[in-house]
Amino acid sequence: MSFLAIMVTAAFSSNFVFSQTYGICPFLGVSKQTKSAVGMGAAVTVVMVIATMITYPIYQLLLAADVAFLEILVFIFVIAALVQMLEKFIKRFSPPLYNAMGIYLPLITTNCAVLAVCEITSNALATGLWEMNIVGGVSLNFGWSIVYALFGGLGFLMAMVIMSGMRENINHLNLPKSLQGFPITMVTAAFIAMAFYVFTFINFGG
Amino acid sequence: MSKNKYGTIMMNGMIFNNPTFMLVLGTCPTLAMTTSAISAFGMGVSVLIVLTLSNIIISALRKVIPNAVRIPSYIVVIATLVTVLKLFLDKMIPSLYDMMGTFLPLIVVNCLILGRAEAFASKNGVIESALDGIANGAGFTVALVFMGIIREFLGAGSFFGIEILGGFEISFFTTPMGAFIVYGLCIAGFVAVMESVRRRSRIKKTKLLNDQPDLLEEKEAA
Repeated sequence: MSFLAIMVTAAFSSNFVFSQTYGICPFLGVSKQTKSAVGMGAAVTVVMVIATMITYPIYQLLLAADVAFLEILVFIFVIAALVQMLEKFIKRFSPPLYNAMGIYLPLITTNCAVLAVCEITSNALATGLWEMNIVGGVSLNFGWSIVYALFGGLGFLMAMVIMSGMRENINHLNLPKSLQGFPITMVTAAFIAMAFYVFTFINFGG
Repeated sequence: MSKNKYGTIMMNGMIFNNPTFMLVLGTCPTLAMTTSAISAFGMGVSVLIVLTLSNIIISALRKVIPNAVRIPSYIVVIATLVTVLKLFLDKMIPSLYDMMGTFLPLIVVNCLILGRAEAFASKNGVIESALDGIANGAGFTVALVFMGIIREFLGAGSFFGIEILGGFEISFFTTPMGAFIVYGLCIAGFVAVMESVRRRSRIKKTKLLNDQPDLLEEKEAA
């Protein structure tokens, strides 16, 4: 049940793009064609899962050493280094995969969804008012954090693919000049977000 | 002449290349933090401060930083500034700290800040870069507060936290869905206004050309 709760919450009811508004820049920038949308989404998912695996234990170390305030510097450095290594690795061992998603890797360093996942799962910003690492009624430990990152990434991939499909059709519309491009994309995203809002009514009994 | 250059930097940052409405940069905090005018103002000023300081530091170090590692160097500068800002807000303005949540550390990956570092501060002097940071940050803040006022008025019936519509509210506008719609329509409106201003100035120019051709040539030469 916890698995289902985290899965549905991460991918649907609190989808990174439509309900939490993380990662809007690649969502708007790379969603012009379905092929590039899939590549970008897959690359983001891979980086999210690996980054969570690395930053979760590192944050525990920072807490133990009483330097938790360094978390922003450490997280962004882990993500930047990870993206660089992954790019080199894929380029070396699988050129077809590199052509499909490797070219989007350098853009991921500044994708706020990846840093947001690291912050949420490690609960780095817990204050007196709220705790962040509770998703779908489940408190995220190391294992659940990885599940959350995986399905959050897949939710992002899904958002990208839906949007790119819509945009390929929107481009054929005869719109007023001021609505072309970003404005109509935003308004379309709002209507998709309304559809995703329905998932928030699912209750897991937690 | 040099005064004119500073004026151009200011006008470019605030209006002609407005980061929010013309370039559509830094969209995540724009959508998330404009639920109320106050949180929009807090986010805008935070970005203004980080952007100005990072522009100053990066342009001062632009001859020291090797070209191959410039992006990681910029990220270290920005991340340090954001860490300082986070500690400051946590101690001094805890209500704003709670309001901003994850979007406070996410200032690090705001494409506006890295974009200005790469496009402007790495090529220009300290004073120009500081001014560019202030102009872009101010453009960002004004745009965010504008959207914040619209969304707060429609979504909560209030203006900067002061209730004016007496309980009337369309809470749709405080959700992310409302954010997407308001942002999209704001960009469309801004582009439409800019287009009409540009067209009007072009008509004026042609009229001027027909009436007094010498005068315009003089103006353009100057």
